[in-house]
Amino acid sequence: MTLARTAASPVAEAIPTPDKIRIVLTVNGVERQLEVAPWTTLLDALRDRLDLTGTKKGCDHGQCGACTVLVDGRRINSCLTLAVMKDGAEVTTVEGLATDGALHPLQQAFIDHDAFQCGYCTPGQLCSAAGLIAEGKARTADEIRELMSGNICRCGAYPNIVAAIKQAMGARS
Amino acid sequence: MINFQYARANDVADAVRQIAADPTAKFIAGGTNLIDLMKEDVERPTRLIDISRLPLKSVEETAGGGLRIGALVPNSDLAYHPLIERRYPLLASAILAGASQQLRNMASTGGNLLQRTRCYYFYDTATPCNKREPGSGCPAIPGINRMHAILGASEACIATHPSDMCVALAALAATVHVTGPARDRAIAFADFHRLPGNTPHLDTNLHANEIVTAIELPAKGFAANYSYLKIRDRLSYAFALVSIAAALELDGDMIKDARLALGGVAHKPWRDAAAEATLRGKVANRTTFAQAADLLLREAKGYAHNTFKIDLARRGIVRALTQAAQGTPQSQSVKKIV
Repeated sequence: MTLARTAASPVAEAIPTPDKIRIVLTVNGVERQLEVAPWTTLLDALRDRLDLTGTKKGCDHGQCGACTVLVDGRRINSCLTLAVMKDGAEVTTVEGLATDGALHPLQQAFIDHDAFQCGYCTPGQLCSAAGLIAEGKARTADEIRELMSGNICRCGAYPNIVAAIKQAMGARS
Repeated sequence: MINFQYARANDVADAVRQIAADPTAKFIAGGTNLIDLMKEDVERPTRLIDISRLPLKSVEETAGGGLRIGALVPNSDLAYHPLIERRYPLLASAILAGASQQLRNMASTGGNLLQRTRCYYFYDTATPCNKREPGSGCPAIPGINRMHAILGASEACIATHPSDMCVALAALAATVHVTGPARDRAIAFADFHRLPGNTPHLDTNLHANEIVTAIELPAKGFAANYSYLKIRDRLSYAFALVSIAAALELDGDMIKDARLALGGVAHKPWRDAAAEATLRGKVANRTTFAQAADLLLREAKGYAHNTFKIDLARRGIVRALTQAAQGTPQSQSVKKIV
């Protein structure tokens, strides 16, 4: 068997380390300037550079949804996003959902419906649900389930998550 | 992930200039597949050229009554575009059957065409793979091959193309518009992706220094009678074992025109002219649909773990064509198959 990783590795040494690139992100309404390497993901920039550790690293491959944040109002996987590509963007993380100390209706609904156990997926669930409500495409429980399928909950709190989102949708309308 | 340089393209011509100047560079748009593959060391570009800000984000009507979709239109925007929902609901349905809403918000139309197979051996750099390391071998053929091809495979590769969107684009006979250093080209969708043959490292006929600029849909959208039926191991957010894009034009019970394309079964979206021809001029019923299925699957070949796909595809084709004929397309949120 060929160990392709070993065989191909000399390429890594041949590339000079690029200079860091200065970017500006508006995160939860606050303008933040930072310098990032080209390969720094938005997730790592948020957690390791801006100390916003609410956004979670689960699989780091876009399969679990724990890293979901809103960029310019749309939910995305921050682990598959290069920070440098989002220069100038507005980012909302779970830390930015509450306003003036009052929980976001989704946060209150998750508490009301016991929509989490360990809580690790919850920031991603909340941001994803905020994106879902803004999109306005889900009306039924089936549609909520389908459009939330990018957020995995290993504790299996799905029925309560759907109930919480339904409550928040109702509060909004 | 290895270190890499980053540059932005100012316009399409600049993007083509930059890619031509650096054979180890790659374009990045949505990044949903490329970043993942870079984290796995499967893709190792030394420079990324960011095309995500290029003005290729519009959906425009063409003089011929079709639509021209910019290569950077996000998958979610395309699925919910009023003209797509109304005139090409097969495409909208197929897009919504794939990935998650987060990924669809990120992924571009052009990038969807260029995503790589999800064959586990392709992703695992500790194993050989003819697609990743030409000539190293294919462990999928004697190995675990539940998700692999049953049509058009070769002794070098039995990987499948993972896209749902592309199955609908194949059925709708879309055209891919590309720009290169010398000239622009229009590539028929059937000619865009390749079968593996002895060159499975080549997924498409796009040249290394070309960029996809648009996808064009012809006027005919089969909006009245269509269905996209995707069968997978989970109810959502999983790649297809078998998917079927079925589209019919009916005159009463008679089939005037038919389109049939399959996903999850081959190295490219699988469209069969003979199967479509046998549907035309016949009564739309299960007997007709079963004949088309048998014809489409006439050369299907299973491996140790995926032989079930042949029966699954046969039944799926009959079901999807029945749904199309009845005007009751498969819902992508209510999962019951009726």
